[in-house]
Amino acid sequence: MPSDIRGDRLSPAEVESNFADLHPLLSKYEAYVEADRCYFCHDAPCVTACPTGIDIPLFIRQILTDNPSGSAKTILGANILGGMCARVCPTETLCEQACVRETAEQKPVRIGELQRYATDHLMAAGVHPFERAASTGRKVAVVGAGPAGISCAHRLSMLGHDVTIFEAKPKGGGLNEYGIAAYKAVDEFARRELDFVLAIGGIELKIGMALGRDVALDALIADYDAVFLGLGLGATNGLGIAGEQLEGVVDAVDFIEDLRQAPALEKVAVGRRVVVIGGGMTAIDAAVQSKLLGAEEVTLVYRRGADRMNASAYEQSLAKEKGVVLKHWARPEKIEAGADGKVAAISFMKTRDEDGKLVDTGERYTLEADMVLKAIGQAFTPAPLKGAKAEIALEGGRIKAGADRRTSHPKVWAGGDAVAGGEDLTVAAVEDGKQAALSIHAALTGA
Amino acid sequence: MANLQTNFLGIKSPNPFWLASAPPTDREVNVTRAFKAGWGGVVWKTLGEDPHVVNVNGPRYGAVHSNDRRLIGLNNIELITDRPLEVNLREIKAVKKAWPDRAIVVSLMVPCEEEAWKKILPLVEETGADGIELNFGCPHGMSERGMGAAVGQVPEYVEMVARWCKQNTRMPVIVKLTPNITDIRQPARAAKKGGADAVSLINTINSVMGVDLDIMAPSPHIDGKGTHGGYCGPAVKPIALSMVSEIARDPETKDLPISAIGGITTWRDAAEFMAMGAGTVQVCTAAMTYGFKIVEEMKSGLSDWMDGKGYSSIDQFVGRAVPNVTDWQYLNLNYVVKARIDQESCIKCGRCHIVCEDTSHQAIWAEKDGQRHFEVNDAECVGCNLCVSVCPVEGCITMEHLTEGVDARTGQPINPEYGNWTTHPNNPMRVAAE
Repeated sequence: MPSDIRGDRLSPAEVESNFADLHPLLSKYEAYVEADRCYFCHDAPCVTACPTGIDIPLFIRQILTDNPSGSAKTILGANILGGMCARVCPTETLCEQACVRETAEQKPVRIGELQRYATDHLMAAGVHPFERAASTGRKVAVVGAGPAGISCAHRLSMLGHDVTIFEAKPKGGGLNEYGIAAYKAVDEFARRELDFVLAIGGIELKIGMALGRDVALDALIADYDAVFLGLGLGATNGLGIAGEQLEGVVDAVDFIEDLRQAPALEKVAVGRRVVVIGGGMTAIDAAVQSKLLGAEEVTLVYRRGADRMNASAYEQSLAKEKGVVLKHWARPEKIEAGADGKVAAISFMKTRDEDGKLVDTGERYTLEADMVLKAIGQAFTPAPLKGAKAEIALEGGRIKAGADRRTSHPKVWAGGDAVAGGEDLTVAAVEDGKQAALSIHAALTGA
Repeated sequence: MANLQTNFLGIKSPNPFWLASAPPTDREVNVTRAFKAGWGGVVWKTLGEDPHVVNVNGPRYGAVHSNDRRLIGLNNIELITDRPLEVNLREIKAVKKAWPDRAIVVSLMVPCEEEAWKKILPLVEETGADGIELNFGCPHGMSERGMGAAVGQVPEYVEMVARWCKQNTRMPVIVKLTPNITDIRQPARAAKKGGADAVSLINTINSVMGVDLDIMAPSPHIDGKGTHGGYCGPAVKPIALSMVSEIARDPETKDLPISAIGGITTWRDAAEFMAMGAGTVQVCTAAMTYGFKIVEEMKSGLSDWMDGKGYSSIDQFVGRAVPNVTDWQYLNLNYVVKARIDQESCIKCGRCHIVCEDTSHQAIWAEKDGQRHFEVNDAECVGCNLCVSVCPVEGCITMEHLTEGVDARTGQPINPEYGNWTTHPNNPMRVAAE
């Protein structure tokens, strides 16, 4: 069967409907009823479970008392990207898993949706809720306008420092802009949120400025009082199998990025039969969006069982609901070309767990495919740091940073996915940025 | 199946559920619908002298809601019937004729003059109604004109008007009491002195439902102004229960029949009021919230409960809880309880801990072996029941009665004997132990 990768599989109206907001904004009444379910726990487990430590019972009580703006300030005071986190956090493994209502009745308070109710309310008012402290006269360079960098820049600005963000891509926002599934952040939310955050002032965003290409680490260290590196992950892991170079084999990250930046979603090219390799959020996002674009068959293959997938149970069930077939316990062996020289099939070796070790069973199967999306993880690219006099120590291939997010260099901090030991979550990156900013502030002012 | 029939002052009804004098009983069409739905009786909405009163054309009601919009309390500023006397009398007569097995009591409110009462009583008698209820409770509008609560708040007037009525009609006389008074026993005693056959209570409580913070006026408001109304609904039930119990256990009025009113919403509410001495119950807000059909739940629930308890008729449990209502001074001070938290059902919200820690006796630990764990410290627990009250899981925290050993808080051995304040050594007014 010839390769059939193309856009216009569905009408613009169908695609628009498919990519509609996954969880539409709660109405005022819905928000009251849901907020009323919160028990206002003492030393609430949900707060402990939130990487940014948002005072969840307080913000919910503020919704309940018809003070959504106050609620949003509670949220944003701990997590300036509370709006995006309300949309993309895997709440079922964070705050909502810890909710005592989950223990009581397996129905946690819908914390994420309430958080969105409050933050959307405040953002709709168009007023930035925080003021900058008196200027300290200090300058900080932030590299990368992703969640970690934005969070760090905002907190630094609040504390009175002047910040310059250097962003390699043509837009700020990082994965919020380029990497999140479109139906989770509709109506250009990533851009609107970035504008909202920058409205505090004192932050200059320089786009098209890549570290190591347009700006050097040594120069930043020399010109600024402190540097924060929020570089993200620049590379994707390869499958390392035959046929990986064939036309039709695509990095899921690139597929999602193209989709997010496409002016018309229905024009995004997708195969008729798509196979996604991987078990994380990127794999799920790529698979689901392929299906929503009109791919007839989408199969996600993961080498281990469902319980080992990085994608949460909710994300897995969402994929199934949207018609993605999830297959477990198989690893890709070979991608085969058809007569047209493009991808035609991919064959797998079945696997099993033997005392914690993944081993082949010897059994094989083949899936026909004209598009293979690789989503088996990303890697930090240390290249931008190379050649600098300032040495930044790595650990396990990523930047080594302490609890205060300070690197081995006394003037350099780092956070987000580029740092070793992290959770690769937006919310964790926001916390990294915040903690780094507090540490930078302490270092610069002695506070 | 238990027999729900009641005989209240000789007024028979197939069940104890009457509709209180209020909008649901203002007209033939409503009352007929109520009887079709199964209500045992009605107290017809208060009649007055012609020319009839007029109501406001703005909002008459205001509500307190839970966050899921359940109606918890209702407030009204409606007056007595705003239809001509003759129309009401004609309709009462027709309904009574059509529904002879149902109770129809007619609520009345005329000026505090004997002639006024003498004039209206025969007119009501002529309808064939089973009795009258004197509206001495209405707290708004009518009280400004010297009627309603203005009478009910002066025991001497209560007695006087009750006597006029008893002297001028053969019909049983029920006096409806206002709760807007310091001691509910005073008007009840006065009613009895005046010869009243029964009291009904409570009428509505003076209330302002809220303040509109935009226009800075009470809400609801009419053309920018508001006035207090009468509060009713589930929120007032505890107040009504207390007042009913005070009359039921007062030596001067303990045999005075009571028709209970105040937030009765379910069969259980009704059973509680009846256990507290009420022969019938009157319902208004629940019907105004859900419609007349709720009486089906009330009848079946009361009947099933009676079957389960082995009561075959209403009179077997009316008043059964009254002997257990006492004064604080007679409560057993040697009775010691301690809170117990069931770890299996605890969901670890920590509310018991924080309320005890912040506002009470620091008697609940929040941690054990470094884990989130809530457990009672007997050495501090006074058995106050606050933790039980705030725990979101029913039955998770219970009170254990200590019958032996030592109270870890006081270090004193548990005393199995009854001992109250009247003989307590700390009481300067104590009576010497025998």
